[in-house]
Amino acid sequence: MTVFIIRRLLQSIAVVLVMSFIVFVGVNIVGDPVEMMVSDEADQAEREKVIKSMGLDKPWYIQYARFIGGALQGDLGKSFVYGEPALQIIAHRIPATFELALAALVMAVVVGIPLGVYAGLRPDTVGSKTIMAGSILGFSLPTFWVGLMFIMVFAVILGWLPSTGRGDTVELLGIDVSFLTMDGLAHLFLPAFNLALFKISMVIRLTRAGTREVVHQDYIKFARAKGLSNRRVVLVHLMKNIMIPVVTVLGLEFGGLIAFSVVTETVFAWPGMGKLIIDSIQSLDRPVIVAYLMIIVLIFVIINLVVDIFYSLLDPRVRLSEIKS
Amino acid sequence: MSDAVTPPATPTADEAPIAGAVETPFRRFCRDYMESRIATVALAVLVAIILIALFAPWISPTDPYDLASVSILDSKLKPGTQSMGGITYWLGTDGAGRDLVSAIIYGLRISLGVGVMSGVFALCIGTAVGLTAAYFGGRIDAFIMRVVDIQLSFPAILIALILLAILGKGVDKITIALVIAQWAYYARTVRGSALVERNKEYIEAAQCLALGHNRVVFRHLFPNCLPPLIVVGTIQTAHAISLEATLSFLGVGLPISEPSLGLLISNGFDFMLSGLYWISFFPGVALLVTIVTINLVGDQLRDVLNPRLQK
Repeated sequence: MTVFIIRRLLQSIAVVLVMSFIVFVGVNIVGDPVEMMVSDEADQAEREKVIKSMGLDKPWYIQYARFIGGALQGDLGKSFVYGEPALQIIAHRIPATFELALAALVMAVVVGIPLGVYAGLRPDTVGSKTIMAGSILGFSLPTFWVGLMFIMVFAVILGWLPSTGRGDTVELLGIDVSFLTMDGLAHLFLPAFNLALFKISMVIRLTRAGTREVVHQDYIKFARAKGLSNRRVVLVHLMKNIMIPVVTVLGLEFGGLIAFSVVTETVFAWPGMGKLIIDSIQSLDRPVIVAYLMIIVLIFVIINLVVDIFYSLLDPRVRLSEIKS
Repeated sequence: MSDAVTPPATPTADEAPIAGAVETPFRRFCRDYMESRIATVALAVLVAIILIALFAPWISPTDPYDLASVSILDSKLKPGTQSMGGITYWLGTDGAGRDLVSAIIYGLRISLGVGVMSGVFALCIGTAVGLTAAYFGGRIDAFIMRVVDIQLSFPAILIALILLAILGKGVDKITIALVIAQWAYYARTVRGSALVERNKEYIEAAQCLALGHNRVVFRHLFPNCLPPLIVVGTIQTAHAISLEATLSFLGVGLPISEPSLGLLISNGFDFMLSGLYWISFFPGVALLVTIVTINLVGDQLRDVLNPRLQK
């Protein structure tokens, strides 16, 4: 077990290093930072001063070492636009993104599982067929376009829900959250539902497949034979057994929600880190771009590491095959 | 899809004489495919979309990017209004007075072009890597698959976003980003089926004949790995089109000079809050129809090409 964790940890560190190198090379070779920093009228002496002050006169490996050294101390430069440390700006935006992603995850479970169980228990009814057709649509519809249509229908035409921003926030454990105020909830609903749509479809399909498999198992038949109510059979005996794959996949997909929140945040002007990166790319705010890329890579590597370790705890075959190879 | 489960195929009376005595694999394939009506309709629509995209300059009512024929006076017209020049704008016009029908037709061309091009490149690279891994096995395989696994643990949109943040906008850049984001799916698929095929007798026979590695891999192994690859190829192409539209919408994909469907939708976003829905609604419908038809065709191909479902 320890061997497995150490190997995975080393691999994660390697991934972060490789990604940091790609980002560093990409940003420094593809784009010329001096061009962005210095105005066109600057003379040669002024340019050289800037080059020196940014350490760009040093060979690349020293620059890279400095970059890593800075990153380890939490220093990824100052934003050109906001004039504050890039890392701090992003850290400030993370709660909004996590709130959105978590809300979407909750929706996926709350909406997806009941619909999936229903479609699995009565596969031939009109309702089930509609649910399945809807889930196919949920897979095919491009998220950003659905978001636009939500805004058009619910905000512009019907005027029921607000379309932009986070609304009122309250502080909870030192973090601003929207879901505890009515206004915040109203602002949260559309973007979270938009982000959840894809996952809802996925949960429906997973749950349905699981249900159809489980209803024919002996223990379900036994529970029914024992005279248990239908409710108890479905809610206890069936649910317990279909939850394992659903929970695993949802855990894996949390990262996907954070990645896709870039789209939803842009559509609904949700002030999270996804909107920040798009704005920063637009305004060529290099330090923020670099810091975002490093943080998102780190978040993903951590999620994957945790999932891998949990996996190996639950299923010993995973770590055994790993150690053998 | 569930309704695509094929009942035992009974050749109808009128089919047998035309088909002749022999049923070629291609004929059987076509017959199996046609068994799902939805998939057949989807294929027809898809072919129509591809033809429209290919022949855009001859089909579209106006040239939306010919500055001489576009008038700002015609901007933001409702669907169905007639212009002073006598053209009817069936889907209305956008903020610059361009006919939306024409803009969508030209947009399809760019969207499909980028999607297919990146799909083909990703398929070539992924296939080569996957075959190498499966054929040689051992350390090469372990290394390649570790890289693939790591890459697949990041969502495609994130990889594309990272690359585009570094590279900037452009057709070539988004194609590169999509290829890098997608090659791993192909590599994994090809490796999976190649591993199964590699242990079959015909490969052993080819190796016993002392044929070169290249010949064994490309003439014997590769053709037998094709069916799953075709299925993944269709679905990934739909994915690539959707991804390109999303990235262009976010403003990190294509430049304004290459107005794909995603950019058209993005342009309409600015007018949406004032109630001018059609500017982003109709390009979105075009995008949706394209993606759904490709997915339906891919689903049916999966059923038809799956030997386990064949009777």
